[in-house]
Amino acid sequence: MDKGKVIIGSERMNLTLLRLCHQLIENHPNLQDLCIIGIQERGVLLAQKLVDLLHTELKSRQFQYGKLDITFYRDDFRKRDVSIKASKTELDFSIEDKNVVLIDDVLYTGRTVHAAMSALLDYGRPQKIEMLCMVDRRFNRHFPIKADYIGLSIDSLDDAYVKVRWKDHEGADEVRLYSGKTS
Amino acid sequence: MFTSQLSTKHLLGIKYITKEDIELIFKTAMDFKDVINRPIKKVPSLRDVTVANVFFENSTRTRISFELAERRLSADVVNFAASSSSVSKGETLLDTVNNILAMKVDMIVMRHPAPGAHHYLAKHIDANIINAGDGTHEHPTQALLDAFSIQEKIGGIKNKNIVIVGDILHSRVALSNIYCLKKLGANVMVCGPSTLIPKHIKSLGVEVSHNINEALNWCDVANVLRIQLERQDIKYIPSIREYSQYFGINKELLSNLKKDIVIMHPGPINRGVEMTSDVADSGQSIILQQVENGVAIRMAVLFLLAGKKA
Repeated sequence: MDKGKVIIGSERMNLTLLRLCHQLIENHPNLQDLCIIGIQERGVLLAQKLVDLLHTELKSRQFQYGKLDITFYRDDFRKRDVSIKASKTELDFSIEDKNVVLIDDVLYTGRTVHAAMSALLDYGRPQKIEMLCMVDRRFNRHFPIKADYIGLSIDSLDDAYVKVRWKDHEGADEVRLYSGKTS
Repeated sequence: MFTSQLSTKHLLGIKYITKEDIELIFKTAMDFKDVINRPIKKVPSLRDVTVANVFFENSTRTRISFELAERRLSADVVNFAASSSSVSKGETLLDTVNNILAMKVDMIVMRHPAPGAHHYLAKHIDANIINAGDGTHEHPTQALLDAFSIQEKIGGIKNKNIVIVGDILHSRVALSNIYCLKKLGANVMVCGPSTLIPKHIKSLGVEVSHNINEALNWCDVANVLRIQLERQDIKYIPSIREYSQYFGINKELLSNLKKDIVIMHPGPINRGVEMTSDVADSGQSIILQQVENGVAIRMAVLFLLAGKKA
């Protein structure tokens, strides 16, 4: 089985996380209006890391943090061979007129982000929605969607697969690129 | 650990699904309960699906509950009532349904007076079929919402004592409830006059009691069924008044029990017959929660079946 190639190692991952965190702070001077929202399930793992870092850097918990499940908003749930399983949405605050940063680990076709925006708009009308991802597979988009904060941009073939792995879940903080589909 | 897919493409009865299926439906229903408690109660999951609600028997709450569930999943809905259709002109069930399917319908929610009508249909058509009640046989979504409501109220089903009171003989709710609760590990008792209890009911692994006080003292939850006045073609009970004296639940009966039990009723209630108004409206009753959960359970069933490739 293809073990994949490490495209971001542990040390670089920490630097990247710190950079993304600083970019968020730089662009959001008004923390009361900031809502960090992780897309279930893998986006939440990245969002949690960033939220922890923001807490350490800012020594403040003034911004909001939530989790968004998009299962019921997917446009492909009847077309997939593998069934999809719903997770919890945890948004116990209002997003009305707030600046939302949606977080996912990999931005690929843009369908997930599109579904996430549809889901989010059912909860209110944010002032602005931005997108943050660890890896942007920039030439594989199906929709005109772009990320505002990017860990790493890569050019990959359609049948390649990118996985963001975390030490507390998969044993290492790293991003791997696989040449074919992997489990 | 939950499975992520149902083992079947139809919901014909609880008898034909697994414990894992039931747990998956409950887990999904919990997510949908969050959805229906939001300001915008709608998700786009089934926007490419057309559902026909085909009712050959009268129904108000089940049909409304299914229709709300379908609309909240953004499905297109057509309603069909036998009384106003060609069935009254002599068309067969299969012809009726095939005509509806020719209009590109993906799912059929059907209520039919003949037990097993759904099985017959499932053999002949491709659409997903959901049983919304077939004669005196099964009413699976009602049993699912009843068990889901019990789980929500008392935290679990396994090893809990649940009594079903009333007309067990004619009740599809009772049979589906027995299958569902047994699969989830509950102890089940049925209680009612001997004329309204089927002869071989014990073969389903349930206890039988003819004494309401004894049954209520044994149980954690009492699911009280409606006396089906329309099915009393021969006299199963001497009179409604006598039934309510022996099996009706009133406040005095409840306050003499050793503990507080949960009271359920699938509706519609004959107030003063199966239970008095003060019981139906008391804090122990979860009748309205059952109705709310009905929509979430039906959304879960529709969503999960639609995800199964036909």
